[in-house]
Amino acid sequence: MSTTTVAHHDDHAEHPTGIMRWLTTTNHKDIGTMYLTFSLIMFFVGGAMILGIRAELFKPGLQLMNPEFFNQLIGVHALIMIFAALMPAATGFANWMIPLQIGAPDMALPRLNNWGFWLLPPSAILLTLPFTLALFGIGDGALATGWTFYPPLSVQGGIGVDFAIFAVHLLGISSVLGSINVIVTVFNMRAPGMTLMKMPMFVWGWLITAFLLIATIPVLAGAVTMLLTDRHFGTHFFDAAGGGDPIMFQHLFWFFGHPEVYILLLPVWGFIPQILETFSRKPMYGYKAQVYSLWAIGALAVVVWAHHFFTAGMPVPALLYFMYSTMAISLPLAVLFFCWIKTMWRGSMSFETPMLFAVGWIILFGIGGLTGLVLADVAADAQYHNSYFVVAHFHYTLFAGGIMGIMAGTYYWLPKMTGHMYSEKLGKLHFWLTAISFNMTFIPQFFLGLAGMPRRIPDYALQFAEFNMISSIAAFTLGLSQLLFVYNIVSCARGGKKATDKVWDGAQGLEWTLPSPPPYHSFTEQPVIK
Amino acid sequence: MATHSNNQYYVPHGSVYPSIISVGLLSLASGFIFSVATDRSKELAYLQAPGKWMMILGALLILAMVFKWMGSVITENITGKFKGWEDKSFRIGMIVFICSEVAFFAAFFGALFYMRVLSVPDLAGYDTDITPYKDFLASWPSIGPGGNVLGMEYTPPANFHAMSAWGLPAINTALLLTSGATITWAHWGLIKNNRKQLIIGMALTVALGIAFLACQAMEYHEAYTEMGLTLKSGAYGASFFMLTGFHGFHVMLGTIMLIVILIRCMKGHFTPEHHFGFEGVAWYWHFVDVVWLGLFIFVYWL
Repeated sequence: MSTTTVAHHDDHAEHPTGIMRWLTTTNHKDIGTMYLTFSLIMFFVGGAMILGIRAELFKPGLQLMNPEFFNQLIGVHALIMIFAALMPAATGFANWMIPLQIGAPDMALPRLNNWGFWLLPPSAILLTLPFTLALFGIGDGALATGWTFYPPLSVQGGIGVDFAIFAVHLLGISSVLGSINVIVTVFNMRAPGMTLMKMPMFVWGWLITAFLLIATIPVLAGAVTMLLTDRHFGTHFFDAAGGGDPIMFQHLFWFFGHPEVYILLLPVWGFIPQILETFSRKPMYGYKAQVYSLWAIGALAVVVWAHHFFTAGMPVPALLYFMYSTMAISLPLAVLFFCWIKTMWRGSMSFETPMLFAVGWIILFGIGGLTGLVLADVAADAQYHNSYFVVAHFHYTLFAGGIMGIMAGTYYWLPKMTGHMYSEKLGKLHFWLTAISFNMTFIPQFFLGLAGMPRRIPDYALQFAEFNMISSIAAFTLGLSQLLFVYNIVSCARGGKKATDKVWDGAQGLEWTLPSPPPYHSFTEQPVIK
Repeated sequence: MATHSNNQYYVPHGSVYPSIISVGLLSLASGFIFSVATDRSKELAYLQAPGKWMMILGALLILAMVFKWMGSVITENITGKFKGWEDKSFRIGMIVFICSEVAFFAAFFGALFYMRVLSVPDLAGYDTDITPYKDFLASWPSIGPGGNVLGMEYTPPANFHAMSAWGLPAINTALLLTSGATITWAHWGLIKNNRKQLIIGMALTVALGIAFLACQAMEYHEAYTEMGLTLKSGAYGASFFMLTGFHGFHVMLGTIMLIVILIRCMKGHFTPEHHFGFEGVAWYWHFVDVVWLGLFIFVYWL
């Protein structure tokens, strides 16, 4: 490798400071930091909303809020957690780590990258503004349909629905831009010698995520556009009076919505094996099998959508097809689970915080996956549909499988990003508090759902009182424990024991060859992979 | 080792345009919401005027920033910042972007097929004693709600008929297909360094694009004034106007981009070896062309 400079900037010497640095930046690490910070803030905004819900559900009867406000909190909680907390966190890691892991100077399209981030604050404003407007007598608050926007309720709803529609549009543009950037970076910016089958698993996970986003986010944009014209311009897409069908919206929505689940999880399935191999001090088991499994899941993700509304009414052959194809996803997922466990098998393991989160993640995400298999069964789903069983299931996949995975990644890469070690003691405390209170929150909800408690209802029958009380107390513990997460991150960013370049002694990959924190321009010399 | 034709990747300096565009989008979106807020509650009528101003302000902000942003990209291009490596990024990026546009149109085609094949025939099959849509005329093209629907009285337009494929739409098909040929002819001119062929080809393409838009406007006018075919004409009207409308919007954007490229051709911005700006717009134009063929077959013809 000749020693050539690969990053070339207009402004070598200086870049703006203060707010202008962040507004104008084209640097992948700055943009990644903004994504991660935004995600953390919105995690608490969405969390505060759901604590309002859990406070209302603490005991039967209506205590704190009217049912309309309850519904609004439910819908906006979901939209914020999915679009403004989980997705930006994954995109933040993509920005930070993909160029480092493939030996690139930066992301391929830096200015689009900046735009991708700066679309997020306006969308967050659009999502939450209706609450504020309602205080001034404008409209009746945010959307009260749940995050799925089902018509006819969403066609009849107030201006909160319009705000959510446009928030989804801006978030969609942001995701498409982010995906374009990831795909171009992966295909065009890899260091010499880094073939596709040598890429770190995280890069693979994100590449497939990006393809899924490109295929499905525009469909969501189309669906909510039809909703908008049904609301304001007299079209009949979702109105049977004119030949349309409300269930068509469910098809369009879940054509996006189901792949969205994998969009949230694939990046995590990417870096969890890297954490496992680091702390097991042996190479990842079954690299190729994992890559092929990720592809298989990505492909299956777009052909199983109707299992989200088995009870809406469908011909029996369609029910059977969607049931079998959904269950087929468990095959590649089982391969992944096998590889994750085999990676740890007979390794010399140590349990630093990222490893604790990763191992806990395997168990909890496993529960989420297995309960999903129960819901995929058409006959069983007739009983469980729209019950708390579903709520518990998707929190095991998205809170445990998504957010706890992101936490593992945060502790794993925090020393690399800040140059300091976090407090191992507090990190472990954070893990145990999170894991225990998470299970205490959601295990009761499985039983509530099996006993017949419906979701999205502010009141419930007396026999559900004990489990709801346990769940609410645990939810507040879970929420408060996350303050420890913020404390850990902030104190690590401000100082602490210096981190070495390699940070973890089993760490593998290009990002660990750079200093901690890495220089402003990552790889000014592209490394050569043998 | 050199895997790329150059070894420096150009990372542009910081730019304030993207974040201002986002502010413009926020203003445009919330302005739109305010301006249609009266649809749900009459007491919000006072929001209409400020809403319109917010939309205008937002749109102007976006236009100004897109203009500046593209301007700085062109400047960077002319000053030789982009070489083979950057060029490849733009190419892959443009292909992926067009794929996302395909997915957007797929949603509307999907809605068309669903309504035509499933929901309209289903509605025809219901027992008239139990359906609330007794007078629904379940045929394709659907005319929209008729008679008494859940307490609302609808009178379908008397002169309603569907848009025939073999009038203006056939002319439009010919216009767009010809424009696809002229832009390719212009591209050959560019590669051969024949500036006259390039500029005539581009000017013809722009003219064909504008002619298409004019025909489309005539067709819409005819639909609304003479055929009783509106957005409110049930499943057919909704899918007809949304599909052709979004396509027409893309043709409009494409024509604007073609005009910019034509001006840049006349200024001599492109060389036979280095002209991604031209090719990107040409790809986009072919994409719009292919979508039109889908529209012609499934919306107008069959």
